[in-house]
Amino acid sequence: MYVAVKGGEAAIANAHRLLADRRRGDRSVPALRVDQIVEQLALGIDRVMAEGSLYDRELAALAVVQSRGDLIEAIFLVRAYRTTLPRFGYTRPIDTAAMQVERRVSATYKDLPGGQLLGPTFDYTHRLLDPQLAGDPEVVEPEQREADGQRMTRVSEILAHEGLIEADGELPEDHLTGDITREPLEFPLARDSRLQALSRGDEGFLLALGYSTQRGYGRSHPFVGEVRIGEVELELDVPELPFPITLGRIRVTECQMVNQFKGSAKAPPQFTRGYGLVFGQSERKAMAMSLCDRALRAGELGEDVTAPAQDEEFVISHSDNVQATGFVEHLKLPHYVDFQAELDLVRRMRSEHEKRNQTNETERREAAE
Amino acid sequence: MSEIATYNFAYLDEQTKRMIRRAILKGIAIPGYQVPFASREMPMPYGWGTGGVQVTAAIIGPDDVLKVIDQGADDTTNAVSIRAFFRKVADVAVTTETAKATIIQTRHRIPEHPLTAGQTLVYQVPIPEPLRFLEPRETETRKMHALEEYGLMHVKLYEDIARHGRIATTYAYPVKVEGRYVMDPSPTPKFDNPKMHMSPALQLFGAGREKRIYAVPPFTRVVSLDFEDHPFEIQTFDQPCALCGAEQVYLDEVILDDKGGHMFVCSDTDHCEKRQACGHRGHLAPAALEPAQ
Repeated sequence: MYVAVKGGEAAIANAHRLLADRRRGDRSVPALRVDQIVEQLALGIDRVMAEGSLYDRELAALAVVQSRGDLIEAIFLVRAYRTTLPRFGYTRPIDTAAMQVERRVSATYKDLPGGQLLGPTFDYTHRLLDPQLAGDPEVVEPEQREADGQRMTRVSEILAHEGLIEADGELPEDHLTGDITREPLEFPLARDSRLQALSRGDEGFLLALGYSTQRGYGRSHPFVGEVRIGEVELELDVPELPFPITLGRIRVTECQMVNQFKGSAKAPPQFTRGYGLVFGQSERKAMAMSLCDRALRAGELGEDVTAPAQDEEFVISHSDNVQATGFVEHLKLPHYVDFQAELDLVRRMRSEHEKRNQTNETERREAAE
Repeated sequence: MSEIATYNFAYLDEQTKRMIRRAILKGIAIPGYQVPFASREMPMPYGWGTGGVQVTAAIIGPDDVLKVIDQGADDTTNAVSIRAFFRKVADVAVTTETAKATIIQTRHRIPEHPLTAGQTLVYQVPIPEPLRFLEPRETETRKMHALEEYGLMHVKLYEDIARHGRIATTYAYPVKVEGRYVMDPSPTPKFDNPKMHMSPALQLFGAGREKRIYAVPPFTRVVSLDFEDHPFEIQTFDQPCALCGAEQVYLDEVILDDKGGHMFVCSDTDHCEKRQACGHRGHLAPAALEPAQ
């Protein structure tokens, strides 16, 4: 005998209790501390901050613990917290030339003012598992030198002297910086809104799209003009004060992709640019973002839009992993009312189909006789 | 570590609520028109009712009585979860009784009990754009709505008839609101479409992920699209509810065994329980259940 299932509430509570248990795991193993995660899983934290659009290492680490290491879930936790925070202003644009640079490489020049700085990179490591790390081996202190306080010229500025590369471009005087977290997206987007969306976009999705442009789906002949990682100051204009005040420093990764461009009806032959900027240290994301940014400028530069990576509505509408995971996973929710409606329709169409076949069969037989 | 997070009444901050209320008012002023709004990240996933939750959070007050249903049932897990959310962040009274609720948030159904003036039905909407599966681009569909260019939709319905002998849309069946905008009624079965027409209740639709709000004010014409020779018709069931014997209600098919045994029961659990409490019995009703329990 069927009796309507009750007790969803108790089931949910029990499921969450079990989840809490599984999250903690074996109680005889010490619990992870937030500071351990901040210090030792820093790049995971950077991703959570970047795609969560909230620069707070401790909160990101807390989210990682709470989500059992599921980074998209952690990003979601951070976003749901961030959205409740009041806005008290917008900072001045950061000056990445004044960055306290820890890493900076250019692929377009052998050497350049400021030099090539490898910094803390996985590049050129041999990907051999290191069994020693299972313990806690002594780690030698790194070589360091005093910061010289010099501005490090951006590659785009070097090329700009010859007029071979497009300038940063100007926005209209009265342009208010977009805020995709406060206004609904409206296509086509202004480039500032588009860059915001890309900056919080899913790393994997942008990586795949950037990769697709390299394989010929919207090819843009890219060179890494430079990628730099380091800390920049955040400054805020306060109405009562005649000077900006410094709020603090954040670590960012910036990528300037330089792309060959043969010219079109809209623009002369020159090097064009794609731009990537993300919180924390993430070259992969910043590079993928700059490839996508360049691809998405197809319309602006008068190129044919032929590939997915060039299609703004397609890219931006699907780049947010919190939206994507929610909608994909919502398929788990009950849909039996709609399924019932479809079931009913298929049954009716099926019986008509069979009736038709039967009639045809009888007619065929009668004709044969 | 940052301070422990605290939240406003009904979770959203008052600025956000004002923004959402403005969108709702605009929606009411232009029935069936999808108003873009700056949807927030909510503490539940996109696709799980964030649009409906934001609309409810923006309109709910301490004196409201909230009912939440999913598939017509009050006890499906997501309905339980959303109800618990509002009990927690807004401390409002909740009910399962359609008649007692002032706000009913729903996913996929309209209650069987007729709604009355003063009640608000809040729909959770996954894809607010009725033209989306005919034209994936938002830039295009907005233009089509602006120009009232709905030919594509009629062609689609016509092709259904040409191919299948009938309109093969069973849920999220498109409607025209007050003779102007073609609107997606959310994935309710088309069985529920007639309930939207001239309803005394206010109907609000929230799509969080797609960042759209739209509305059908009380006593508004809501007409399901059809053709003169193929008039719109709703689903009918060959048998009454096995528990309460109700007819002309939407039924769920419940599988009883692995040999094809099944029964049909009311999808609206409150309606079914009310009827059973009044002594109505279907052929599989538990005999032990006393009337007027």
